[in-house]
Amino acid sequence: MLGKTAAGLFWMFRYLERSENTARLLDAGFRLALTRSTAAENEWVSVMTSAGIKQAFIEKYERFDTTHVIDFLLRDQSNPSSVMSMIQSARDNARLLRTALTRELWEVTNECWLTLKELLARPIRERELPLALSTIQQQNALLGGTLHGTMMRNEIFDFARLGTFLERADSTARILDVKYYLLLPSVSLVGSSLDNVQWETILRSVSAQRAYHRLHQGDIHPKGIADFLILDRRMPRSLTFCYLKIVDNLTYLAKDYGVRHPCFEQAERVLARLMDRSIDDIVESGLHEFIQEFIRDNNALGVQIEKDYRFYG
Amino acid sequence: MADLKNFFDEMFGTGERRRESYRDYHQWLESQDTAWLHRKSAEAETVFRRIGITFSVYGEEEANERLIPFDVVPRIISTREWSRLVRGIQQRVQAINAFLHDIYHRQEILRAGRIPVESITENDAFLPQMIGVSPPGNVYTHIVGVDIVRTGEDEFHVLEDNARTPSGVSYMLENREIMLQMFPELFARINVQAVGDYPKNLMRSLGACAPRSCKDTPVIAVLTPGIYNSAYFEHAFLAGQMGAELVEGHDLRVVNGRIAMRTTQGYTPIDVIYRRVDDDYLDPLNFNPQSLLGVPGIFDVYRAGGVTIANAPGTGIADDKAIYSYMPEIIEFYTGEKARLNNVPTWRCSEPDALHYVLDNLSELVVKEVHGSGGYGMLVGPAATNKELAAFRNKLKATPANYIAQPTLSLSTAPILTKEGLESRHVDLRAFVLVSPDGIRTTPGGLTRVALQKASLVVNSSQGGGTKDTWVLEE
Repeated sequence: MLGKTAAGLFWMFRYLERSENTARLLDAGFRLALTRSTAAENEWVSVMTSAGIKQAFIEKYERFDTTHVIDFLLRDQSNPSSVMSMIQSARDNARLLRTALTRELWEVTNECWLTLKELLARPIRERELPLALSTIQQQNALLGGTLHGTMMRNEIFDFARLGTFLERADSTARILDVKYYLLLPSVSLVGSSLDNVQWETILRSVSAQRAYHRLHQGDIHPKGIADFLILDRRMPRSLTFCYLKIVDNLTYLAKDYGVRHPCFEQAERVLARLMDRSIDDIVESGLHEFIQEFIRDNNALGVQIEKDYRFYG
Repeated sequence: MADLKNFFDEMFGTGERRRESYRDYHQWLESQDTAWLHRKSAEAETVFRRIGITFSVYGEEEANERLIPFDVVPRIISTREWSRLVRGIQQRVQAINAFLHDIYHRQEILRAGRIPVESITENDAFLPQMIGVSPPGNVYTHIVGVDIVRTGEDEFHVLEDNARTPSGVSYMLENREIMLQMFPELFARINVQAVGDYPKNLMRSLGACAPRSCKDTPVIAVLTPGIYNSAYFEHAFLAGQMGAELVEGHDLRVVNGRIAMRTTQGYTPIDVIYRRVDDDYLDPLNFNPQSLLGVPGIFDVYRAGGVTIANAPGTGIADDKAIYSYMPEIIEFYTGEKARLNNVPTWRCSEPDALHYVLDNLSELVVKEVHGSGGYGMLVGPAATNKELAAFRNKLKATPANYIAQPTLSLSTAPILTKEGLESRHVDLRAFVLVSPDGIRTTPGGLTRVALQKASLVVNSSQGGGTKDTWVLEE
């Protein structure tokens, strides 16, 4: 497989994952803004921080006003992390590597781009937002389903999945990074309604509120959330889950190619750090430091994969 | 319905009686509801858009991807008509390859005085670097797209021999695919020759031209200028259908005297490159030094027999519009036979008498740039305003050698589905030919291009033309 093709796949699926995450963050933030308008501005600041685009937003707008936030996150072509920019980039990549995709997957990608281009041609008003977000989620789900239903489980699939899980791990970690203080025992006022809403928002931004409540019979507490998002191997957006997948895919590649590259050891090290610790250990030795270290390692792994599989040279 | 009555119509000939080749189709068509056909037509457009069969138009914004309009009424060619065309096409393609070999070796045709020496030596399409180079199997034009127009029941003319990097074959294949999807019952009623083998044949044909040093299954790659090229869809499509890699210049480099592509596991050598990059951009070390699309040193590897480039560099000298006018002589010189397919009479404006005639009759002629393609920079006299004619007259006087002129042909028409029902529009046909040491193969079908505007003669997709599925009937 061409190095360029591997790069294209990796980034196509990073972009798609990021667009989905952006939509999810917006959904969670919007819910909070609706229920507690006083907290809205703060919430938008953390959404922008989680998405890594706070600076870009501030340069363009004076206030974190819901209308502007929606526009910036969904449609703004000058924001490289807006849903539209992401879909555009994903589709550009898909065009570049058409020959590696099944016809079905290419068509779904193209159709997703056509659908969202139409959907996001005009500003989305607040009352249209829920429907718009659900369209975005549906399009992404179609893509995911088509990937799983039609693609061979080979190197092409591995690079696509690596992109997805690296991006997803980054996204979950960033949400934790922005909200970690809410999950610390010292600051948390268990039972206060503010925190309850904040916690719900965290769960909502990783589509996990239902699953969490099922596990904990509705008892919501910060350490449980941190455990769920970091260590739970059943939860598809947890850091551990992502790294189990990343190590799997790197293992398949290593077997296919008959070479174990440095990125393999790197991923295993990250996974080991997640596996041999309890949430108490992590909180005790510093939740924030842990998350920041994770974000750094995750980035470094991306760079190493690029190098080992000759994405660019 | 035949409102362009003075022209030969593919379905109705010169009268109201439908021609034999359209009998079964016409019968079917008569029993169809027009509204339903329109729905089918809209359906086809949706499918094409979803598949992303788009092209970008040069000079427009990069984001502007356009669909080539597709007409659901097929153009039908009888077995007899087709075999006649094929004999003419293959004779021509054979002559073109003999001509290219000659012109880059002994130049017998110049010594014999059959075409003027300056037509070669002063031609930008002549590539001196190719002198003495013999491509594997002596094949220069692995892929040719011959443009044919019809002016009467038995009158066919070759308009252009596209011997560089002809495009359009993906539309031929996708048009058939969509027709099969939308009108399966038609194909059950009418025996239409299949075109779907083209990618497999292309693959075989290219493989048969692998360098002599290649002992295993040849590794084939399609070289594209990239996603912003107007024909990118086709490059990706063909690579996908052949199971070949789709590469850009920056994926390739010279490694140990071979051309190799950068893969996730290091550099892998390639044997045959089906390039969709023009000669000039192929190799910045040997040709245009500004080119970022090519591979530095690829031409040296090619000359040393380390890789096959299809089509060979320098084939442009055979389809140059000035050389085109000598095709009857060229065919006779190399095959010993008269040309089976006519040329369109052509005035070479470099010749004073011809220029004089062209300037006097400009409003009745079609004038083309010698090196132009895709309908860019051409003048259709009868459709031009006085102002346009005057401007073109000045261009002609300034650089006459840049132009050739041809009579405005009475291109045949074929019915298309319009809002007002069936109407006649002018059509041409691009036939796709594969050349390998094992022989010349013409795909039974091709791309029928249609001028969608009433009475327009310009069929190029870049100028608002559309396409039709093209059926060659099985006997």
